[in-house]
Amino acid sequence: MTLGSVPLRYKVSIDRDQCMQCMRCVDNCSYGVYRVEGDRIIIDSRKCTACHRCISMCPRDAITLQEKPVDYRSHPLWTAQTREDIINQARTGKIILAGMGNALDYPVIFDRLVLDACQVTNPSIDPLREPMELRTYLGKKPSRLEFRKNDEGDVELVTELAPNLKLDTPIMIGHMSYGAISLNTQLSLAKAVTEMGTFMGTGEGGMHKALHPYQDHTIVQVASGRFGVDIDYLERGAAIEIKIGQGAKPGIGGHLPGEKVCVDVSCTRMIPLGSDAISPAPHHDIYSIEDLAQLVRSLKEATEWKKPVFVKIAAVHNVAAIAAGIARSSADAVVIDGFRGGTGAAPKVFRDNVGIPIEAAIAAVDHKLNDQGVRNEVSIIASGGIRNSADLAKSIALGADAVYIGTASLIALGCRVCGNCYRGLCPWGIATQRQDLVDRIDPEIGGRNVANLIHAWTLELSELMGAAGLNSIESLRGNRERLRGYMLDEGMLKVLNVEPVGA
Amino acid sequence: MEKMVIDAKGMHYTPLNKQIRKAVAAGVKEIEINNVLGQRFIANGLRGDVKITINGIPGGDLCMFMNGPECTVHGDCEHAPGNTMDGGMIIVHGSAGDAVAHSMRGGKVYIRNNIGYRGGIHMKEYESKKPTLVIGGTSHAFLGEYMAGGLILVLGMGSQPLMEDRGIGSGIHGGEIVIRGKVADRLLGVGAIKTEFTESDLERLSPVIEDFCSRFGIDPSPLMDINYTRIVPSSSRPFAGKYTWE
Repeated sequence: MTLGSVPLRYKVSIDRDQCMQCMRCVDNCSYGVYRVEGDRIIIDSRKCTACHRCISMCPRDAITLQEKPVDYRSHPLWTAQTREDIINQARTGKIILAGMGNALDYPVIFDRLVLDACQVTNPSIDPLREPMELRTYLGKKPSRLEFRKNDEGDVELVTELAPNLKLDTPIMIGHMSYGAISLNTQLSLAKAVTEMGTFMGTGEGGMHKALHPYQDHTIVQVASGRFGVDIDYLERGAAIEIKIGQGAKPGIGGHLPGEKVCVDVSCTRMIPLGSDAISPAPHHDIYSIEDLAQLVRSLKEATEWKKPVFVKIAAVHNVAAIAAGIARSSADAVVIDGFRGGTGAAPKVFRDNVGIPIEAAIAAVDHKLNDQGVRNEVSIIASGGIRNSADLAKSIALGADAVYIGTASLIALGCRVCGNCYRGLCPWGIATQRQDLVDRIDPEIGGRNVANLIHAWTLELSELMGAAGLNSIESLRGNRERLRGYMLDEGMLKVLNVEPVGA
Repeated sequence: MEKMVIDAKGMHYTPLNKQIRKAVAAGVKEIEINNVLGQRFIANGLRGDVKITINGIPGGDLCMFMNGPECTVHGDCEHAPGNTMDGGMIIVHGSAGDAVAHSMRGGKVYIRNNIGYRGGIHMKEYESKKPTLVIGGTSHAFLGEYMAGGLILVLGMGSQPLMEDRGIGSGIHGGEIVIRGKVADRLLGVGAIKTEFTESDLERLSPVIEDFCSRFGIDPSPLMDINYTRIVPSSSRPFAGKYTWE
């Protein structure tokens, strides 16, 4: 114990004058911060994760929380976090795992991009009065169409169209597996996307039978562990996604710890109870772009070419060239996951240091595919740190067809981004399999909240488009003229293919 | 119609599979496909009770996602026969390429001769579903890597030494790999350990050995002893000790 303890991360206090001893904080905290001794609530601040469950349930607003109550000697290089990581690794000699997305203070490019609006010379459009076309089709678009006249003189389409996904709004919910998140969380998301006419990813972990009624609004995932993947699963999804990489941890696989493999998770993933679910870093039947094409075609062949197949990659340095390869693999969409993408658990060094921002990746991929004349071959789905409708609009203007949201949809269910997902004790019932915690989410109410969020962003997107004089999402897509860079350097502006403000 | 013959000469895999599916749906119980030359994905995702005979060399991902049918190949196989297969059987009267039985979840894959790299990688079992991969000859490196369940049996017929490639069972966390004869320690991957192959193991596996031999007309008696090495995981949580939390 020569290293002793590190300072408290959070300090919790109760205003004893306000407190009415209702014990809701004690009941709600799954981390054991509160306990009762005699008639007094005792606080163990060291156990606090800042999940805010107690604060949100306290009827008297009696609880306060302070971050970093103990100062370190300030130093710009040796931050508290770097010092504590070293202490942790000096103790354990192990790789540090952490939850949620990239926690380093990189500049957010979205916040350095501004959108356009009409003034005087071209009128803006009022979405209350005019129809705004947000319907989005994901999948291959033919490079040309052929028609013929039939005997009655009507024109018929001769070109065979590839299957596309039809979205009423360009917002989908990304892949978060059952196991990583609870069944009630997945059910809430499923109800929301079904109501909003969009789709959710199942993640790598199979599909629980409770999700079957919503299967037409799901995208099933095939990842390197092939958990829960059988022909029945592939046939249920509206589309199939091959997961090559993830923005939170590019280049490495995933481990669902045995503690999270309960009876239902074991059944859905089709692995023994309590065993680690290990997804290797690569797909071991994909060692080249040709092998990827083989898996894409194999999935299509197995489902009789009825379903679009997406390929998800992490945004890394050569993302544009990789996406160009994917566009030639028979895939119908490429999903790019930026370095801010969330996760239940990732090695911190990867989460914080590997990959590139989604904004640059979208622009680079869209540009490369256009340059090579294959943009129509694949749709672009962007994900990883989409926080609001402005990020959504900017993503589309940079060239995305649609976005996946993950963290935002969980915040709509109570998540406060405390980043302790890996502990399996999520007091909001999201990243846990403990039934009493899972029961805290009512899928009806949860579904309503998530649907509200998608609805609100959809309204805001329509307003933003209307203000810019656009009445269809196609006119916004890749329309960099509607973006200007504010305080971005010349190199970045060139990558984004965006003019600076004032230009 | 009980039996059907397809001439696959010059045929693309999609119309070939369409024809197979249509036949199975119509109740055909036996399909013979002749002149197969490199067509991928044959019997991909196929369900049902049908016996398929392939004369020739099928391409990659033979019987991927298949659940139920029995497929016999008179020839060699390319990359990944039995990939993510769920049930049924593949019998290959020849050798096969890399990633044979990749992520296979149920059913049986029998290869008469040798296989390439990463055979049986990430095979897994669940309850009554237990995949079996039997190799008559030998295998290249990374056999049973990341294996999470099921059985890989290497009979080593016609090869001396029986196994000489490394990385056997690296990252294995379920299932067992049984190899004829002795296996040098240096060939084992991280997380794999050798255990003794006992009479009770022989009793347990002899139906598998006998079934394999009967499919290829081999006399099983020279294989019925305890001269095998059994390789199993050292832990069902191979990476549990690698990480610490923030």
